[in-house]
Amino acid sequence: MWNTIFPYLLTGISVGGQYALIAIGYTMVYGILRLINFAHGDVFMVAGIVMVYMAASGMPLWLCIPLVLITTALVGFLIERVAYKPLRSAPRMSVMISAIGVSYTLQNLVLYITGGLNKDYPAIPWLSESITIMGATTKRVTIVTPFLTIALVVALVMLINHTKIGMAMRAVSRDFETSQLMGIKINSVISSTFVIGTLLAGVGSILYFTNYPTVIPTSGAMPGLKAFVAAVFGGIGSIPGAVVGAFIIGIAENIIKGLDIILLKAGVTHSMLGLATFSDAFTFALLIVILSVKPTGLFGEKITDKV
Amino acid sequence: MKKVLALVLTMLLVLSAAAMAETVKIGVFEPATGANGAGGKQETLGMQYANQETKTVEIGGTEYDVELVYADNASDNTQATSAAQKLVSEGVSVVLGSYGSGVSIAGSETFKNADTPAIGVTCTNPQVTAGNSHYFRVCFLDPFQGTVLANYAYKELGVTTAYCLGELGNDYDQGLVTYFKQAFEGLGGTVFAESFPKDTQDFTSYLTNAEALSAEVFFCPVSIDYAVKIIEQASSQGKTFPILGGDTLDSNMVSNAAKGTSVKVVVTTFYQEGANETFDNGFKAWLAEDAEALTNNGGNDIIAGVTAMGYDAYYVALEALKAAGSTDPKAVMEALPAVTYDGVSGHIEFDETGDAVRTTAYVKTVNNETGDWEFVTEQTVG
Amino acid sequence: MKDLTRKKIDSATIITGAIVIAVLLASFIAEQFMPATSMLFTVLKKSATYALVAVSMNLLNGFTGIFSLGQAGFMLLGAYTYGIFTIPVAERMNVYQYYNGGLVQFVVPWYVAMLLAGLVAAFFAFLIGLPVLRLKSDYLAIASLGFAEIIRALFQWDKLGPITNGSNMLRLFPSFNDFNIRNASGEVVVYLDTLVPLLITTLCVGIIVLLINSTFGRALKAIRDDEIAAEAMGIRLASHKRLAFCVSSFFAGVGGAMLAMYQATVQANGFTTIMTYEILLIVVIGGIGSVTGSCLSAFLFVAASEWWLRFLDQKQMLGNFEVPLLRNGFRRVVFSIIIMVVVLFFRRGIMGTKELPDLIRGFKNRRRKEAASK
Repeated sequence: MWNTIFPYLLTGISVGGQYALIAIGYTMVYGILRLINFAHGDVFMVAGIVMVYMAASGMPLWLCIPLVLITTALVGFLIERVAYKPLRSAPRMSVMISAIGVSYTLQNLVLYITGGLNKDYPAIPWLSESITIMGATTKRVTIVTPFLTIALVVALVMLINHTKIGMAMRAVSRDFETSQLMGIKINSVISSTFVIGTLLAGVGSILYFTNYPTVIPTSGAMPGLKAFVAAVFGGIGSIPGAVVGAFIIGIAENIIKGLDIILLKAGVTHSMLGLATFSDAFTFALLIVILSVKPTGLFGEKITDKV
Repeated sequence: MKKVLALVLTMLLVLSAAAMAETVKIGVFEPATGANGAGGKQETLGMQYANQETKTVEIGGTEYDVELVYADNASDNTQATSAAQKLVSEGVSVVLGSYGSGVSIAGSETFKNADTPAIGVTCTNPQVTAGNSHYFRVCFLDPFQGTVLANYAYKELGVTTAYCLGELGNDYDQGLVTYFKQAFEGLGGTVFAESFPKDTQDFTSYLTNAEALSAEVFFCPVSIDYAVKIIEQASSQGKTFPILGGDTLDSNMVSNAAKGTSVKVVVTTFYQEGANETFDNGFKAWLAEDAEALTNNGGNDIIAGVTAMGYDAYYVALEALKAAGSTDPKAVMEALPAVTYDGVSGHIEFDETGDAVRTTAYVKTVNNETGDWEFVTEQTVG
Repeated sequence: MKDLTRKKIDSATIITGAIVIAVLLASFIAEQFMPATSMLFTVLKKSATYALVAVSMNLLNGFTGIFSLGQAGFMLLGAYTYGIFTIPVAERMNVYQYYNGGLVQFVVPWYVAMLLAGLVAAFFAFLIGLPVLRLKSDYLAIASLGFAEIIRALFQWDKLGPITNGSNMLRLFPSFNDFNIRNASGEVVVYLDTLVPLLITTLCVGIIVLLINSTFGRALKAIRDDEIAAEAMGIRLASHKRLAFCVSSFFAGVGGAMLAMYQATVQANGFTTIMTYEILLIVVIGGIGSVTGSCLSAFLFVAASEWWLRFLDQKQMLGNFEVPLLRNGFRRVVFSIIIMVVVLFFRRGIMGTKELPDLIRGFKNRRRKEAASK
């Protein structure tokens, strides 16, 4: 039984780690701006494309990786300045629509640049080599991802709890207007939130595309949506919540893909039910259930509406 | 707004005026983007090469320039309707395409209403031509291909358990899986079939499923995109079963993915490189000169089966135009059933449904060291 | 109250009605005399469909303040309901080829199927509304989006194949082109394939407009402006929201059926979140809270993306000069930039919250003022 489930768990944990890195960006931005940054998944995809073109230009990989992270952070910063900042006083819906617009633009831009062809992601030595663990063969990146994710999250939580900018972020997310009155430079706080969020998405993209090495314009759409669901699931605004949510969703999704076989082996069913069809849908079903039971997610704080 | 509108209208006028010379238009209804973008581009390459080889055609005693008109159906059944309409509104005499059976079926209604004939190049699902008189096709069909593949797996590979994987909502995948299943079970084998949702990137769990079901062959007649990922992930997971595919997998992008791995990839296809030296050499020389074409062919000059089919389809269209003696789509449609042509992929003539009569498919495998396609055998079914 | 009823049938309303009828007439005449292959008719048919869905979305987002992103899911329900009940029995073996002809072995007339399409969508909206409508803005958006994804997966499930044809296409049902009147030899005598969708949309949008101007509609606007105040005024929030959600989904379902007729094929994997986003963008470009705006922008959106901007996808020569940048995909880049500009700089969209009669009234008032100042 364990042998049947283990490979799915392994993939699930790895996928969960990648979702977690994207989900943090969502949750941080939401915590501060109350904005669902729909373009976040596409920034993740852009990070992949930038890597492809940088590696193709003949740059060595040790130089590519930091450059990709910097470029990604820059893209995140620019998106905030161009598409969200002008709408700061507008209703929340306008900003959300602007985010959808940015997502649409990024996808179309990449479609145009790549000419609609898939781009092969460069293989990163060591990370993309295969290893065997407990009878299951996989890429080394699968094992590295969860550990790296947790290390980054710990570092991020330290940053938020123990530095000045972290304190400012917490203040802004608690009360936007008051913190502004207290002399916090709102714009720089928001910008750094975007930079950190996209930076983590950049790291996530390197891990993700090392695992699944083709980049297409819609590469970011589904992981983005799933990561967002993970953020909501864990309680949007809460970083540990996003991480826990991401791992749950990553594991659940891969168990669903193998559920037919698990049930078959356990003798519960005797034919294939085609349950793998629901691997994506299950994520959303889980979301609706958790929202109806606990509308603010697993770790979310209860927010009372002001009249 | 008014100014923009005026500008757009003027441009449209200029464009239509420019097209007033003695030209006959052939519509290229192919995906250039989306999941089938890569395959669609390779198919289009065949037509473009044929077009620059034979730029004119004599119709009813007048020499016409042949113009290819492109519409990107984006591998998407929703966008296929308007892409088809775009071709029709530009007044094409005949349409070639599409790569992917789903979009062909989706565009079919539009061509039918405009009385414009269409020649399917590599859309192998029977539903494309069944029950209508305007859709023709130059390739073999899925029931045939499915049988060939099942026979090959059962008899040549000697396997009895197969795992099939197709994309949800892709008529090509689902059809071929069904026909493979019928034939393979008919031979006495066991088949497990699953489907994955659109835009899936992670196939590791499906590969694990196949292994857990002790499948000896992994049959995935999917788009090039997905096939590349499946091969890549099978390799990194150390899976040992061979990967079997239909004509979509016959692409140098797939063979590139298998290069340097130990994954055995076997496909059935329409054309084997080396069958027609003149075409091979001419095409390669053309690729060498045109950087954009080379990129569209995946960066090297290995010839895909679909390219040869696109090349043949173009000439079939010219034959039809000659036979019709007019550029009127209706006349072309009436002339098409009687057209015969000896192309690089073999003899082409249509049966009463409008399908090419084909009894041979080529089986190819990837040489894991060089990344080249190697000829395995020729399979013939009744 | 008297004052309001009098206002409803002032001259501006009559002029508006006349404009609508003129548009319908013009399209009917154009249809008879222009070549049937013209892009104009494709655009008109598709924009009629999108206009209805956009107005139905506007009813929620613009008039009730419920930010729902489930439109594609309800369209899917409508499209499938329509398809399943109208495929001719003789063709079912061809369509449901892997499922032995399927379970449903009867047909209903197209208008009944269309009504059913709406009802099925409304029924699902009622079910999903129970948990979802209790959520607050963003949560509601993402939950409804998730619902659309669940529906999409459910309709692709192999085990439902005898009804939904699995993930395969439904086709061969009556499409818009079947409205054309043909003579015995199959030649079209009277073209109706553009007029009928326009008429359906006009009828449905008309009903929505009546609803918006009723007591119910004013209650919805009150909810949008201030939920708590509205509740204090005695408006029952839950039931009003639920009803609005069902009505909106009903028309999204009808819109889905129209989309099926337009495409002549239906397949679940086309109804993605991208479709919902497109409709949302139409609503925003037209102006959130303006029915006229949604209709206008549906036309502009479809025409620009399918027709006017297509030339950007091809290499163009001006004399001997090849215009740079033009190649496949450029159309979509330009299009998304236009959208961003509208979203950022023309935040109120084309119409803001104004309607056509308001414009006519404004125009008249201005004329009156000008006359007075002379």
